[in-house]
Amino acid sequence: MRFTSHRDFARAFERALRRAGVPIAFSQGFTPHPKISYASAAPTGVASEAEYLEIGLREPVDPGQLRAALDAALSPGLDVLDAVVAAGGSLADRIEASYWRIELPEVEPAVLERAVAAFTAAGEVQVERMTKQGRRTFDARAAVMKIDVMRSVETPSGAPGVSCAILELVVRQVTPSVRPDDVLSGLRAVADLEPPVSPRVIRLAQGTLTAQGEIVDPLDADRDGAAIV
Amino acid sequence: MSVPSTTPRPAVEPSIWPRLEPLLPQVTKPIQYVGGELGAVVKGWDEVVVRWALMYPDAYEVGLPNQGVQILYEVLNELPDVLAERTYAVWPDLEKLMRAHGVPQFTVDAHRSVRDFDVFGVSFSTELGYTNLLTAIDLAGIPLLAADRTDADPVIVAGGHAAFNPEPIADFVDAAVLGDGEEAVLEITAIVREWKAEGSPGGRDELLLRLARTESVYVPRFYDVDYLPDGRIQRVVPNRADVPFRVHKRTTMDLDAWPYPKKPLVPLAETVHERYAVEIFRGCTRGCRFCQAGMITRPVRERSITTVGQMVQQGLEFSGFHEVGLLSLSSADHSEIGDMCSGLAEQYAGTNVSLSLPSTRVDAFNIDLAQELSRNGRRTGLTFAPEGGSERIRKVINKMVSKEDLIRTVVTAYTNGWRQVKLYFMCGLPTETDADVLEIADMAHEVIRAGRAATGSKDIRCTVSIGGFVPKPHTPFQWASMERPEVIDHRLRLLKQAINADRSLGRAIGFRYHDGEPSLIEGLLSRGDRRVGAVIRRVWENGGRFDGWSEHFSYQRWVDAATEVLPAFGVDLDWYTTRQRDELEVLPWDHLDSGLDKDWLWQDWQDSLSEYEQDDCRWTPCFDCGVCPSMDTEIQIGPTGRKLLPLTPVNGAGLRIPAPTPQ
Repeated sequence: MRFTSHRDFARAFERALRRAGVPIAFSQGFTPHPKISYASAAPTGVASEAEYLEIGLREPVDPGQLRAALDAALSPGLDVLDAVVAAGGSLADRIEASYWRIELPEVEPAVLERAVAAFTAAGEVQVERMTKQGRRTFDARAAVMKIDVMRSVETPSGAPGVSCAILELVVRQVTPSVRPDDVLSGLRAVADLEPPVSPRVIRLAQGTLTAQGEIVDPLDADRDGAAIV
Repeated sequence: MSVPSTTPRPAVEPSIWPRLEPLLPQVTKPIQYVGGELGAVVKGWDEVVVRWALMYPDAYEVGLPNQGVQILYEVLNELPDVLAERTYAVWPDLEKLMRAHGVPQFTVDAHRSVRDFDVFGVSFSTELGYTNLLTAIDLAGIPLLAADRTDADPVIVAGGHAAFNPEPIADFVDAAVLGDGEEAVLEITAIVREWKAEGSPGGRDELLLRLARTESVYVPRFYDVDYLPDGRIQRVVPNRADVPFRVHKRTTMDLDAWPYPKKPLVPLAETVHERYAVEIFRGCTRGCRFCQAGMITRPVRERSITTVGQMVQQGLEFSGFHEVGLLSLSSADHSEIGDMCSGLAEQYAGTNVSLSLPSTRVDAFNIDLAQELSRNGRRTGLTFAPEGGSERIRKVINKMVSKEDLIRTVVTAYTNGWRQVKLYFMCGLPTETDADVLEIADMAHEVIRAGRAATGSKDIRCTVSIGGFVPKPHTPFQWASMERPEVIDHRLRLLKQAINADRSLGRAIGFRYHDGEPSLIEGLLSRGDRRVGAVIRRVWENGGRFDGWSEHFSYQRWVDAATEVLPAFGVDLDWYTTRQRDELEVLPWDHLDSGLDKDWLWQDWQDSLSEYEQDDCRWTPCFDCGVCPSMDTEIQIGPTGRKLLPLTPVNGAGLRIPAPTPQ
C-alpha cells in the first residue's frame, strides 16, 4: 500500500463509501463532491499505520457499524481501525506531529548514529525538494523533535539483509511540511549518508503533541464525548 | 519442421516481488506494478493445472480498464483448476532497472515471471502495441522468435481485433485467435489441460498442432507464404497435414449467458476509464466502410435489458464506481435502449451515479437518451460522428447522415442545455479531396450560427476532432490506397485556416487533430504481411516502445527501419501503404475467415467508389455480406418486451458490509 498516492487513496475511499452504502453528504454546486477531509496524508512510497480523515454524513450512523462496513469495502491493506462521532473542532488542528520509523537496509547502525549526531548538533539543516510550486529550499532540522537510532538486531519487516539501521523520528507539523525523506536529505547534507537501498518508511502514529513530546491519539477528545450520539 | 524441444521447465520462483520492490521507489507511478486491485484473484500455483498470463500491451493505466482482458481473466479464474494473472507493458524507466537487475516481465497479481505460465495471451486492440509485445517477450526471457522457443516457454497467443491480421507478428507469436474470446479461451484451456494430463506428448509442436486442428486457432508456423517476383503474395498454404486451409473466427452468440465482467477490476492507481462498463450489444451492421470493428464483429447480438440491469446493479455494488458506460459500437441502436436508459436513470436517481452512452448517432433520439441519462445532474459531453465533411464523402464511407440532420441535431442539443458538443471526422478517406475536408469548416460554422440563433446565446461551442483514416483488413477499404502524411497535414492546415476565416465563429470552434505520420505506420502494420515483422523488430531494437503514445512514437525510426529492411524483399513502405490493391491480389489475411465474403467486400468497395449507400440489415433485407451463413449465426435483437427490474431506487438502502474479495 505504500506505493499508493494520496489521490489514489482518495478515489479508493470514495468508492468504498459507495460500496458500503454510506449516506455521505455532498457539497452543493454543479459537480457535487462527497464531504471528506483528509488530515496530513502520508507521502507516496511511505507506509502508514495512522491516517485520519473526517467525513460528513446525511444522517447519523453507528460508528462501529460504519467502521466495519468501510473496512470491508476497502482493499486488503487499507484498514479502518476506528470511527468516532466528531465532537467539534477541526481534526487537522489536532494533528501536531507524526511518529515515523525508517528502516535503512545495508546501513551500519554506527554510521547512522554518527550522521544523526551531526544532524542533531546542527542548528539548521537546509534541504531541497521539488514541490508543486517548484524547487524549494527549507530547514529540515527545527521541526524534528526526536531522532534516535533504534538498537534492534531484527529487521522488523523481515527484509533480507546483513545489517539494517533503524531510525525513529518525531516531526512536528509545519509549513512547508518536513517529511521523512527531507530528514534523510538532511542526513545526506550533514554527513554524506547515502543509503545503498531505498529506505522503507512507515508512519506509526500522528496526533496531538503533549508538553513531554508524546503523541496523543487525536480522536481521544471525541471519544470522551462519544456518549452524545 | 519442429524445434527439438525437450528442455525441462526450470523451477518456478514463487514471486519476484522481493526483487521488484526495491526498484519501485525509483520509478514513476509505482502503484501500477503492485496489483492488489479489488476483483483481482490470486491462486496457489500448484493448486491448478493450466496457467494463463494475460497481457494488454500498453501501460497499466490504459490496459487495466480493457474489457476483453477483464472478461477473460474472470472467465478463466472461475475454473477451479485454472489460474489467470495479468501483465502490462512496463514504462522504459522500469524496463531499464529490470534489465539491470535481471528482473523478468511479471504479472501484477502474484508477481510471477511470465515465462513460467503455460499460455501467454496478448490482446491487441491496435497494431501500435506490437513493439511492446517484443519488450514483454524479451523481458520475460522468452526467445523473440517463435521458432526458437522450447517446452520451457509459454505458448504465446494473440487476440483482439488486430489478430484478424496477425501476419506482421507471425514470427513472434505461436498462435492467434480470431473473434470472441470467452469460449475460445475455454477451448484452448481444455486442449492444454488434456495435453498436460497425457504427459505433454510431442512437446510444443504437438500442442500447437492440436490447437490448429480446432480450425479456430491460427498457428502461423503451419502455413507457408510464397511471393510473386513483384513482391505480392502468390499463396498461403498449410505445410502440414490436418491443418485447415482457412481459420475461422469465433462468435459468442448468447451474451446473456456470458454476463462478464461480474466483478470488474477496481484499481488503486488512476486509469483512463473509471467506470463500470457493460457491453449492451456486440456487432454492428450499419456498414460504415472504414470500420473494421463493425465488419469483423457481425452479426449484431444484443444483451437483454434485464441482463444489463442486473449487471449494472451488481457491478456498481461490487466496485463502488459512480459511472456506468453502456458500451457497444452504436449504443443508441439497441432495440430497448429507451427503456434501458429511463429505467436506469430512475433507479439511480439522487445517487450521484452517472450514466453514459458513447453517442455517435446523429439524430434527435440520441439527445432524448442523453437527456434521460443526465437526469442525475451530471451532463456528460455529447459527441456526434458524421465522419466525413461532405455529403459525397459520407456516401463513399456509407455514413448516412445529411448536413441538415446534423445541424438540426446539434441545435436540438444546444436548445436542451448542452453548451458544448464534439464533432468527429476523419481525414485521408478514399477519393477524398481538399474540398471534402474544407466542408467540415462550413458545417462547423453553420452549427455555431444556427446554435446561436436558436439559443440567443453566444455561449455555445463545438469541437471538431479529426482522426486519420487507416484502411483495415476485412473491410471494403482493404484495397484502398492511403494518402501521404504531407497531403493529410496540408489538408488539416487548410481546414484550420478555413475554420478561423470567420473570427467570430472560429472562436467558438475547437480544433483537434492527429498528424498523418502515425496513421501511415498504423497502415503499414494493419495491412502488412510477414515481411513487416522484420521492420517491427528493427524498430524495437532501435528503442521503439509505446508507439501509441505521441511522446514515445518516432516516425523517423519506423521510416528508417523500413528503408533498411524492406528493400531486401523488393518492397517498401509506400508499397504497403499508398498502393491500391487490385481485385485478384492475394491479401495477407485471405486465409483468415472473418465470415465476410470477399466478393461482397469487393462489391461494397465498388459501390463506395460509385457513392452508392448500403442499408443496415437489421431494418432492411439481408444484403449477403456472408457472415451469418458461413459462421452459422444470425442477428439477435429485441425488443424482449421486458422491463428493467427491480425498479426500486437504490438510494438510502443503508449500510452494507461488502463481501471480502477472493484472495
